[in-house]
Amino acid sequence: MALASLPHLSGMKKNDSRFNPYDDNGGSIVAIGGDNYLLIASDTRLSTGYSIYTRNQSKLFQVSNKSIVGCSGCWCDTLTLTRLINARMQMYLHEHNKEMSTPALAQMISTMLYYKRFFPYYVSVVMGGLEPDGSGWVYSYDPIGNLERSKFHAGGSSGALLQPLLDNQVGLKNIQNIVEESITLEKASRIVQDVFISAAERDIYTGDEIHIMCITADGIKEEKVDLRKD
Amino acid sequence: MSILAYNGGAVVAMKGKNCVAIASDKRFGIQAQTLSVNFEKVFEMSPHLYVGLPGLATDTQTVHQRLKFRQNLYELKEGRRMSPKAFSAMLSNLLYERRFGPYFVEPIVAGLDQNYEPYINAMDLIGCITQPDDFVVSGTCASQLYGMCEVLWEPNLEPDDLFETISQALVNACDRDAVSGWGAVVHIIEKDKVTIKHVKTRMD
Repeated sequence: MALASLPHLSGMKKNDSRFNPYDDNGGSIVAIGGDNYLLIASDTRLSTGYSIYTRNQSKLFQVSNKSIVGCSGCWCDTLTLTRLINARMQMYLHEHNKEMSTPALAQMISTMLYYKRFFPYYVSVVMGGLEPDGSGWVYSYDPIGNLERSKFHAGGSSGALLQPLLDNQVGLKNIQNIVEESITLEKASRIVQDVFISAAERDIYTGDEIHIMCITADGIKEEKVDLRKD
Repeated sequence: MSILAYNGGAVVAMKGKNCVAIASDKRFGIQAQTLSVNFEKVFEMSPHLYVGLPGLATDTQTVHQRLKFRQNLYELKEGRRMSPKAFSAMLSNLLYERRFGPYFVEPIVAGLDQNYEPYINAMDLIGCITQPDDFVVSGTCASQLYGMCEVLWEPNLEPDDLFETISQALVNACDRDAVSGWGAVVHIIEKDKVTIKHVKTRMD
């Protein structure tokens, strides 16, 4: 019997029925930047709690010919944020007659997130793009716009599982007696697929498919790879 | 913050070909403050049996002492060594006795059984055992360890490769956890020898 239905206890019922504007819809993003490419991948599962909304929703958003935003967390915030980014990319294009560069986009995303400092977008953003010199870089953010520029990053629900692996395999951390060299696109692609397969093994919010996008000087290539679906 | 993460620390164990490995970090701290860098969480209970007790440091020591006490009683009474399976049942029982006021440790047992077959398991703080046939992780960087082990581990590793695998898994996982690390120790358990190696890690 519900507590409130007992008359002498009804006053004890806490008023906990406030509207909660946030939800965690899961999803993971991994990005690796190389000398002449940028690889970014997300899973395609959208879920809440123990239920799955869809098995086919990429979390990658192409915002220009040189940069892609990956965004996971609260899906409604992801939609709002990426639509706003797209709108501001358009405004920039019309004002300056050129596409916004990747470093400029990186700073803009930080500003947009911090603008909502006291009612944040509940998202983990990983943006990747080619810079004017042709090299690929990754920018990662916390929900209120703190940004870090790096060569690789894992974000979203499997961020904690995947980041130490990238440190080891891409950043070559804790390896002795090797020559440090930047990794090839083929190797980066292989690592990304391996880490997603592992994440899907242990994280219920990551699975179904990997959506991989790759930016090079020749343009953007897309690929989908199957993951476990349970 | 959970009381399980008050002192920090991590333990991982893996099966190999006719061998098992169990490794821990060596940090002891109070929340963010590191107090010592030689606090091992893995204990030798008999020649082929090791237990790792990550969690609240005071309970690490208490549970270890109470385990040793009960194991001694068993071995005196039975006149033989304890198998990893019997030892795990005893540990599980010890923990479940405190069902409603638990010891804050999440133990890992690793060893070779009577037939020198590899044996590993992990349990939660009230003694619920899981017995997988690849690897077990526990401690404050458990999710980082899952990510590492899931990629690096493969079946039938020889002792040397198993050492490399478990060390890389532990060290890289600890580097992404503020309250684990500050040195590591790895035990490789084989039929006729146990190798203990202290691994250097970054100390920040």
